[in-house]
Order: sequence, then C-alpha cells, then structure tokens
Amino acid sequence: MPKHKIMTPDQSSGRELTFEILKYNPRDPHSKPHLETYKIKETPGMTLFVALNMIREDLDPDLAFDFVCRAGICGSCGMMINGRPQLACRTRTADYPDGKIRLMPMPAFELIKDLSVITGQWMDGMSKRVESWIHSKTEHDITRIEEPVEPDVADATFELDRCIECGICVASCATALMRPDFVGAVGLNRIARFEMDPHDERTDADYFELVGDDAGIFGCMTLLACEDHCPKNLPLQEKIAYMRRKMAKVK
Amino acid sequence: MSDLIEGYMGKRDDGTKSRMPAYLDRWQSITGLILGLFIIGHMFFTSSILLGKDAMYAESKLFEGSLFLEEPEPGIVALAAGIIFIIFIVHAALAMRKFPYKYREYKMLKTHSAHLGHTDTILWMVQAATGFAMFFLGSAHLWMMIAEPEKIGPYASADRIYTDNFGYLYAALIAMVILHAMVGLYRLTMKWGFTVQKNPRADRKRNKKIMWAAILFFSLLGYSALATYWKIGQEHQPNYGERYQPQSVQSTGGDS
Repeated sequence: MPKHKIMTPDQSSGRELTFEILKYNPRDPHSKPHLETYKIKETPGMTLFVALNMIREDLDPDLAFDFVCRAGICGSCGMMINGRPQLACRTRTADYPDGKIRLMPMPAFELIKDLSVITGQWMDGMSKRVESWIHSKTEHDITRIEEPVEPDVADATFELDRCIECGICVASCATALMRPDFVGAVGLNRIARFEMDPHDERTDADYFELVGDDAGIFGCMTLLACEDHCPKNLPLQEKIAYMRRKMAKVK
Repeated sequence: MSDLIEGYMGKRDDGTKSRMPAYLDRWQSITGLILGLFIIGHMFFTSSILLGKDAMYAESKLFEGSLFLEEPEPGIVALAAGIIFIIFIVHAALAMRKFPYKYREYKMLKTHSAHLGHTDTILWMVQAATGFAMFFLGSAHLWMMIAEPEKIGPYASADRIYTDNFGYLYAALIAMVILHAMVGLYRLTMKWGFTVQKNPRADRKRNKKIMWAAILFFSLLGYSALATYWKIGQEHQPNYGERYQPQSVQSTGGDS
C-alpha cells in the first residue's frame, strides 16, 4: 500500500510525525494490547482527525477510532493524547513540537477496539442514575403559553447544557479511574443543571438521594482535572463546589 | 434499630439515604482546616528562635500560661498537644477513606498522574503520600509533646533536636507537613468554593499562587529554625540537660 497516497506534492515537505497507537481488540482472544508505531508526513493545519484517517487510509486499514462531526460538537473522538484526554478533532499536530504523539483509548469506558470506546453506555447509566430529566408534578396545558423563565436563569441552565458527554472529564479524573462507581463531573454538572432549572421541582433532599454519598458529590477529591480538560470549558469547579455546599446542608 | 436497618439495607428507616457521608466529608474538611491553620501558627511559634533564645523562651513560657499563672504549667502544652493529636487522628481516619487501597487503584492513579501532567492531581498524590508518612512522623512528634511538654525551650528543644536525634525526624516532618497543609488549605478553598466570588477561575489561580508562596515561605522559615536549633544543640551538647535562663531573670531564677 502506498505510504503517502493522499498527500499532494507541496505537502510532502512537512516534518515526519511518529504516532504510537494502542492496538487491541478485547473480543479477539489472540489480540494482545500493544503500541504500534506509524510514521506520516505532517500537512498544513493537520488535526489528529486528519492524521488518523491518513494512517488508516495508507498504513493500517484495521485501525479503529471514532469520529462524527470533526468540529468538537459530537464528543465522539475523545482519546488520551500523550496522556491527556482531548478531542482528537480539535487537536492539531503542530501543538507537538517533537512530532511524537502517543494515542491511547480513554480509560474508564469499555473498549471496543484500539482507540474506540463506548462512552454512550457509561453516559446512559449516568443519566439514569441522576435522573436526568425534568421532574414536575405540575400539569401543563400545552394550549397555553409557558411560564416565562428569567433570561439569566435560562442562560445559566443552557450554559451547563453545553455538555457534549465526550467523557473527557471522566477520563481525566483520577477519582473516577480509581473508583468506577464515581458519578463523575458530567453527572454532578447534570445535577447542577436541573437544580438550576425552575421547571424541575426536585428539592435538595431529592438530589441528595441521587448523589449524596461517597460515589457521588462526597467522593469528589477536587483534583480539578475535569475543569482543566473539559473541551467545552464548562464551569465544573464552580458547580461541583456549589453542589457540595448544597448537599452538605441537607438535613 | 435504625443502625440495624441502615447497616443491612443501605437506607435509613425513613427510606432516605444516610447523611453520614456528608457529615464525614464536612468533618474531614473542618479537621483539616483546624490542623492547617494550627500548622501556620506552629511554624511561626517554633521559628521564634530566629529572633533569639530570649524570644523563644518567652514564647514557650507564654504557652505554659505565664500570663495568668504564677508558675508556668507545661501541662497546658501537653493538653493542647493532646487535643491536636485527637483532631489529627480524626482527620487521618476521615482522609484515609480517599486513599487508593487496592493495587489496581494505586496502579491506575500512578500511571494516570505520571502521564496526565496535571499539577493538582500530582499534588493530591503528594498529599496522600505525606499524609501516610505523617501517621508515623506526626504521631512520634505529638506524643513527645504530650509526654514531655516541659522539654520545650531554647536549650531543651535544641538538645532534643541535636543530641537526641529528633532533628532528623523534624527535617522530614517539616517538608511533609508544609506540603500537606498548604496544598490541603488550597484544595479546601476549591472544594467548598469558599473564596469563589464572581470569577472562580481567577480565584483558583490566585489561591494556587498563595499556596506556592506559602510552601516556599514556611519551608524557609521551618528549615532556618531547625538549622538554628541544630547549631544551638551542637554548641550546648557538653551541657546537655541544662535549661536556658533568660538574660532578664538570670540573677533571680532559672529555666524550668
């Protein structure tokens, strides 16, 4: 297979990038987890999305990784890039001056193959656990205009709704990695989102039932890796502290 | 009865979750805050030797109640050390709930923090390691203060540090306690959002800068004081056991 098939002549002068990528298929009894090395030429403005496609196209058609939107919106391409969980589509190869990039799948999530993990399954469990939907006993007449919500409150709620469930906060959190039952920043952020939403009639005591234990808010050790790695820059530090104060006051 | 129900069922007898995790988390923080603030005071007090033997003598007598007692009472120091020891034990018991206690947890934490390159995660590992070490080092120091509170003074402390070899213990303890306490106080402000006002992210940066400055300052202070005691102990070795007599009372009385 030609090594530089998709490169145009003016791009072939780019520096050489060395990728070390975990290869492992847990469903294949003959597969052993190992790092495979690939070398490709860098192209201008190259992202890891482009690089991985180039590797799969030219060097290893068996390489598995996830992408959908390529724009940091879908949250599918989270992976450990030189030890840090990041969205591959928003990571430029130019940010690695030595041209060496090691890719591992995000821990904490079930591995499908190579760099591909099932974040959806984890997120589904989290959503059910924190009952991630509006709880209201109020009967709504859909023929009438809804009760207005203060713009500031709506903005604050929508701000937390920007979470794309990429799993990076979970993969960056040593607590979540050590203790798989930990609800994670994504779950605590979700609780904070509904706590803020005036449509939700749950009380603090109701939220305590969901996250008021050592696998929930009191398990958080404030390592703040979630805050420092969230690709959507969500105010996780602030909201987790807020929920902790709220939950600690529940009688 | 409710203990029996909660113990087996994981819920209280009214069907709700136990409030104990909240209580434990709160008390871990409260005991940590008390110990952290105590350490700041402690570092200043022990460093009074840098101002001279008289200053350290006066300060040690102050803690023995010289302001309101005719005869200073070292028992007061023992009592205070005993209270700190109890808070220390409670804090250790509460904080060790967070330790990685299985090989898999430890391995994951070690690998992750080594590759993530994230300061706050590494600092937590430092806290876990220093906390573990202080189970032993801190206990040895605190028991000494409870058992022999009268042996605190410019010469008595210096003799202990130099001749009795406690200097090695303190050399290790100073680094550990400063790192553990200053990182802990920083983490406490983040954990509960104490200082979080309009801009929590700016608060974090500021608090972290204060944390690094405090680590540097108290390390310099602590090791300077230790070096001073060491030097005094070295010079005083021939008269080991003799107590300091302050300049002002040398003609009337002695160091107790």
